[in-house]
Amino acid sequence: MIEPHGGRLINKELPKTEKTRILNSTDEFEKVEIDPPMLKVIKNITFGVFSPLEGFMTQNDYHYVLEHMYLENNVAWPFPIVLDVSEQKARNFNLNDRIILIDSLKTPIALMDIEDIYNFNKKEFAEKVYGTIDQNHPGVNSIFKMKDKLIGGEIFLINEPKPVFPELDLKPLETRVLFKEKKWDRVVAFQTRNPPHIGHEYVQKAGLTYVDGLFINPVIGKKKIGDFLDEVIIKAYQVLIQEYFPKDRVVLSTFETEMRYAGPKEAIFHAIARKNFGCDHIIIGRDHAGVGDYYGPYDAHKIFDNFPDLGIEPIKFRSFSKCSKCNAVVNDKVCPHPLKMQNFFAGTEIRKALQSGKPPDPEIMRPEVAKVILNYKNPFVT
Amino acid sequence: MSEEDHKVEYTTVSIPKPLAEKVKERMKGTGFSSVSSYVTYVLRQVISSIEEEGRSKQAFSKEEEEKVKQRLRDLGYID
Repeated sequence: MIEPHGGRLINKELPKTEKTRILNSTDEFEKVEIDPPMLKVIKNITFGVFSPLEGFMTQNDYHYVLEHMYLENNVAWPFPIVLDVSEQKARNFNLNDRIILIDSLKTPIALMDIEDIYNFNKKEFAEKVYGTIDQNHPGVNSIFKMKDKLIGGEIFLINEPKPVFPELDLKPLETRVLFKEKKWDRVVAFQTRNPPHIGHEYVQKAGLTYVDGLFINPVIGKKKIGDFLDEVIIKAYQVLIQEYFPKDRVVLSTFETEMRYAGPKEAIFHAIARKNFGCDHIIIGRDHAGVGDYYGPYDAHKIFDNFPDLGIEPIKFRSFSKCSKCNAVVNDKVCPHPLKMQNFFAGTEIRKALQSGKPPDPEIMRPEVAKVILNYKNPFVT
Repeated sequence: MSEEDHKVEYTTVSIPKPLAEKVKERMKGTGFSSVSSYVTYVLRQVISSIEEEGRSKQAFSKEEEEKVKQRLRDLGYID
């Protein structure tokens, strides 16, 4: 099985005795309240989804990653993973302080050793990660809403944030044991934030043909208005797998993280996380993790050429469509027929049909999947 | 068993001359009799530490693995 990114699967859970000791003395620590997306970051760092990260980036890694897309120790990493605090809060901290990160209910979530307290330039951050400072870009908008100081340092999990779908919440250690148990040496990951249409199914099955198993790993977390609700995506996949996939070849599990819509850089990020889950291939489609027209349709393909050391291999799909002459789902490499014969699974048309309460054409979306979505009065994020 | 049976076979590896000169300098006072024996020693150290690292990369113990398997069974991922 593929090694974790950076060579070691990170596990930052505090041992029970240490956890008890900390919980009995929480009054002694300064605290920082963490919002829900950041709780997911903590969970991902401490359970190794973000291996080799062991905490929030210090200034050196922050700048190194912004400039080179590599950590200071020369391991590829596409964008900073940082913790922002207010100027006022930062004044309470000194280097080497231990603080506790708490959720909105004041539950202690993680212990953090402060190794660095630093300023950052939001424009530079946005420009270098997203290639734009246009605040209409949801990722840029999030950066401009950040507090003004960053604190970096190692973190240790005290209490695991509650998963959104506990029955589908697998950590990298668990997926690695699962793949081993299933005797899957080669696993292809499929990243998604949409319910599946026939084109997705085609790509997943094409990828699966060449490896031992398919890991369908929907992103669960903060998304933009108009995206599908997490629950809709999960239920749609459950019915698709039930009806159309051999069960011993597919694993469905969630990846709790916010979408950053960083296009090509997010494709690298998605690949690294899936590598840590134990996948050695990842399907990268057209305009992966893109939004609006900020990125070229195949930028997320090209960027992998700059990371020959990534370990996980991208399976790049340019486009796929239903060809009326082939009477099959095809891609532009295998079908010679003109555009007028191709139906490209346009998301806007699928949405339009669903919004009007009608199932899309069964050649575009499986009726069972459409039925799941239509059971929701509003299947979209509002 | 004859002495011939015990004989270790060798092969030649080329290294840049300036590096060989540095190795000669480094060898002084170490007890190594030749550049070859010193380089062999260093390479053995490197290989052994890489192998050790590989062994320590075994991500989980048998006990941890069994605990994980039980959770996977409870969730219906494995029978």
